Amino acid sequence: MSNDRLFRQLSIGLISGWLIVFVLLPNLMVLLVSVLTHDPERLVQFTFSLDSYRRLFDPLYARVVWDSLLLAATATLLCLLMAYPFARAIVALPRSWRPVALFLLILPFWTNSLIRTYALKNVLGAKGLVNQGLMAVGIIDEPLQLLFTEVAVVLGLVYILLPFMVFPIYASIDKLDLRLLEAAKDLGANALQRFIRVELPLTKPGIIAGSLLVFLPAMGMFYVSDLLGGAKHILVGNLIQTQFLKVRDWPFGAAASVTLTVLMGLMLLAYWRASRAIGRKGGELDD
Amino acid sequence: MINNKQPLMWLPRVLVMLGVFLFLYVPLLLLIVNSFNANRYGFQWDGFSWQWYLKLFNNEGLKVAAGHSLVVAMLASTVSVLIGSLTAVALFRYQFRGKQVLQSGLFVVMMTPDIVMAIALLALFATIGIKLGFISLLLAHITFCLPFVVASVYARLRGFDHNIIDAARDLGATDAVIFRRILVPLAMPAIIGGWLLAFTLSLDDVIVSSFVTGPGYEILPLRIQSMVRVGVSPEVNALATLLLAGSLLLVTLSQWLTWRAGRARPQSV
Repeated sequence: MSNDRLFRQLSIGLISGWLIVFVLLPNLMVLLVSVLTHDPERLVQFTFSLDSYRRLFDPLYARVVWDSLLLAATATLLCLLMAYPFARAIVALPRSWRPVALFLLILPFWTNSLIRTYALKNVLGAKGLVNQGLMAVGIIDEPLQLLFTEVAVVLGLVYILLPFMVFPIYASIDKLDLRLLEAAKDLGANALQRFIRVELPLTKPGIIAGSLLVFLPAMGMFYVSDLLGGAKHILVGNLIQTQFLKVRDWPFGAAASVTLTVLMGLMLLAYWRASRAIGRKGGELDD
Repeated sequence: MINNKQPLMWLPRVLVMLGVFLFLYVPLLLLIVNSFNANRYGFQWDGFSWQWYLKLFNNEGLKVAAGHSLVVAMLASTVSVLIGSLTAVALFRYQFRGKQVLQSGLFVVMMTPDIVMAIALLALFATIGIKLGFISLLLAHITFCLPFVVASVYARLRGFDHNIIDAARDLGATDAVIFRRILVPLAMPAIIGGWLLAFTLSLDDVIVSSFVTGPGYEILPLRIQSMVRVGVSPEVNALATLLLAGSLLLVTLSQWLTWRAGRARPQSV
């Protein structure tokens, strides 16, 4: 029996210990660093200050943060607009075909995301496929400047993160109780009403989970904006990276990261509340 | 939602699917084609050539980086599978104080943006004085792989009948024996799947690695990053093609395992 206790304590202790040392502790450190003062000599100086947070609202940086939020939000919206009809199309497939469609969706996700970004870069270039195609058809006479613009960054983010939007939405549409839609139909709701009043609210957890999985990483993907957006400073990720690795202003970088974490917390809260609300209304949900 | 009575109802769906798959695959296919293209810039087809592959195999720095990446990915996925499987079993079998906290914690780690984790780990390593390089990289990779392994194994365990364990207990099996002889074999497909997922996550990571590795230990994604940053580099096309082939193999293997597991367990949801 004492062996069993040992086994139990070992398995619980190992993971708890790991998470405390490599997740909890480091994040507390970042929180601490974010309220300290920058010191060019020794990285940080132990003087309490909210200066780093204030600087996030400094017009120079507020612009980066705002642009980054906007870019990530645009990418998320675009992902949602693509993923929702796509997920519905997969659910509409015969059951035996669905794994094939999902497999085709994951396949690129298993390849290096840097290489995928690079692949997109080639397509968007002045002599890339998009410009050559548009010129061949005669829509444009001169190549469009796509690369090194915000459009390219948004497309890059969508390209990398799309599967993360599809999966949760697919799961929630798949779980949808079709009888509810039939009931709405019998009660006289038209297709649009059924979609807006029944389907959309019931798949909200999937939508929020997907948005969470796209929006948050999108803000941090500095290599996408490096490759597709030129050397411009447009994502919070680039800001944090520069502050930490180049300028070495850790408190400021930490403050930006804490802000991102708070944003994540808020979105997680929204997600939990949405799934709980649906659980109460008797929708089919287990997690 | 399945309503095929109306004619042409399927048309928009087919178009949506086609559109998404074209968007996902055309850039990659172009990359593969260009890896065999004699033309350096790939704007036109100048005939078939192996030259980029040859250049790739002669790039010593790249080979070293690839070796480092493989070592880190192998070790990180193996360690995270060991800890992750134990965790999944603990979550499945035991009721304990803080279980909810542990589960939420794992979920939060999974959701945390890479950049946030990256600087947190950098702060940790800098404070406790771990030199940036192999060790710091390995610890970081294990950390971000863990929740995915736990989720993968736990999802499979959840479908099991608790009675199997009770029966084993009645027959005198200890927890360690139950783990080794019953739960691990039963969850094997998910464990292998989790290992493969961790392996790919580790190989793919750019953000965390760029913060926690040092100049003495270069890894593949960072090497690729510096290669593609400077502009056109057809070797990258060749490398991409090889990596694509490799991941095709891995993903097929893992899907096949999941599929086989699903067939072996028809009572599951």
